[in-house]
Amino acid sequence: MGGFPTLLYKELLRFWKVSFQTVAAPVLTALLYLVVFAYALGDRVRMFEQVSYAQFLVPGLVMMSVLQNAFANSSSSLIQSKVSGNLVFMMLPPISYLEFFGAYVLASMVRGLVVGTGVLLVTVWFVDLHVAAPAWVLLFALLGAAILGALGLIAGIWADRFEQIAAFQNFVILPLTFLSGVFYSIHSLPALWQAASHLNPFFYMIDGFRFGFFGVSDFPPRASLAVVAVSFALLSSACLLLLRSGYKLRQ
Amino acid sequence: MVAGTPAMTFAIEALNVEKRYGALHALAGVSLAIAEGEFFGLLGPNGAGKTTLISIIAGLVRASAGQVRVMGADVVSDYRRSRRMLGVVPQELVFDPFFSVRETLRLQSGYFGLRSNDAWIDEVMHHLDLVSKADANMRTLSGGMKRRVLVAQALVHRPPVIVLDEPTAGVDVGLRQGLWQFIRRLNRDGHTIVLTTHYLEEAEELCDRIAMLKAGRIVALDSTRNLLETFSGLVLKLRLDRDALPDGLEATQISAEGGRFTLRLRDYNALEQVLHRVRETGAAIKELELEPPDLEDVFLRVMEKH
Repeated sequence: MGGFPTLLYKELLRFWKVSFQTVAAPVLTALLYLVVFAYALGDRVRMFEQVSYAQFLVPGLVMMSVLQNAFANSSSSLIQSKVSGNLVFMMLPPISYLEFFGAYVLASMVRGLVVGTGVLLVTVWFVDLHVAAPAWVLLFALLGAAILGALGLIAGIWADRFEQIAAFQNFVILPLTFLSGVFYSIHSLPALWQAASHLNPFFYMIDGFRFGFFGVSDFPPRASLAVVAVSFALLSSACLLLLRSGYKLRQ
Repeated sequence: MVAGTPAMTFAIEALNVEKRYGALHALAGVSLAIAEGEFFGLLGPNGAGKTTLISIIAGLVRASAGQVRVMGADVVSDYRRSRRMLGVVPQELVFDPFFSVRETLRLQSGYFGLRSNDAWIDEVMHHLDLVSKADANMRTLSGGMKRRVLVAQALVHRPPVIVLDEPTAGVDVGLRQGLWQFIRRLNRDGHTIVLTTHYLEEAEELCDRIAMLKAGRIVALDSTRNLLETFSGLVLKLRLDRDALPDGLEATQISAEGGRFTLRLRDYNALEQVLHRVRETGAAIKELELEPPDLEDVFLRVMEKH
């Protein structure tokens, strides 16, 4: 057995030790979104028939939290290790690039899913929610978290400073999640923006995830699953190639 | 040896190792072989390539050309074996602020695939005087303590070869002594030690053999004793009953102050000649002090020569 289990354990321990910041805070943020948007707009907006706006919003908020936190975990962990220099402790032992990838991405998925579950548990107190197809919920949550975990790892490999990660988060991750249909159905958008939304991979993650709850979606869920699966394959391959080459990690 | 048995395994073997960073040639073809059980010193001015060489041995940096083996295992193609054989104490005082000392050492063991290593971790902590800090967070430790944890981390997987990159930089005298005692013991127990340091007196005292690097090349590689004999001279401090040095000795003079002269001599023959010359001129020696060769002298001469 190699270093993989320990590296995974270390990555989990790292965010769990500061869970107030890494789990509780994003759950609270999602709850605030729900309160502000659902209660302010609740009665006037309806995205799907039979589904209130608050009900519509919850899966979007859960998935947004899963994605953002999965990204935050791998990217911030790696950049911290790079900047403080303790990355050397993981580079000296015989840990393969596959083990490295697996540990960082899995830990990111766990963080994303823990936060997502937290958001769900808190919001179901306020919103009556049924799950139409749990397997789809789980599948999209797992794949979405894995994609963002891998993307976070790529960002962490590329970045040399904390600001670069923050910029990535603010200028790439945040706009893509906000414009992916977390807060609205893309059918409520003008045609041009509807078309643009289809170029955003986050749209398929959110839409497929939401299908699992309501059995209705903007886009056929199987097609969404295909897009998400291909995105994961492409990003993982890119990340593995970077790790294998030693880019920025083994100079 | 039976025909077909492999040749002697070196603790570390480097063959024509080169490293280029763009136009900079950090290592320009370094070859050396360090035998098992040696206490080996790697010296050189800043930027000579010491840390680059160590990083290549440790697999932290990939060489542009050449080969490195640790206990016979290639650091690229057989990295799993080579890294198990090697413990590295990095130069920078790095630590993970999320964990305590014990957690740090357990994690490091786990990275090497060692799950139940507590007995050895306790022993290492005991030898490095870390037991009282076992549960303290790394952030709260002093610089000297952090340095000890780095040494402990390098030892968790009981590597036969240990590389220390400037381990005593910024460490107080007491700790330095303790650290060397411990490292010496490891060496006596059969570990190969490779050391880079700026404190030349430390290298002189500890190392069996020394390589000097300059601008990415090895400019001297020999036993410490041979280096001292070949390259170093003697420093002679002399007080005479007169204010001038006898004619013919000025060339060797480093300084003169009111009848006190400091001379640099190539060897003991030169000492004979100086004393002979002093006797010839009828001068009387009031005081005489002879300083043995030291590594700093060797180092400066080697660096000047190349």
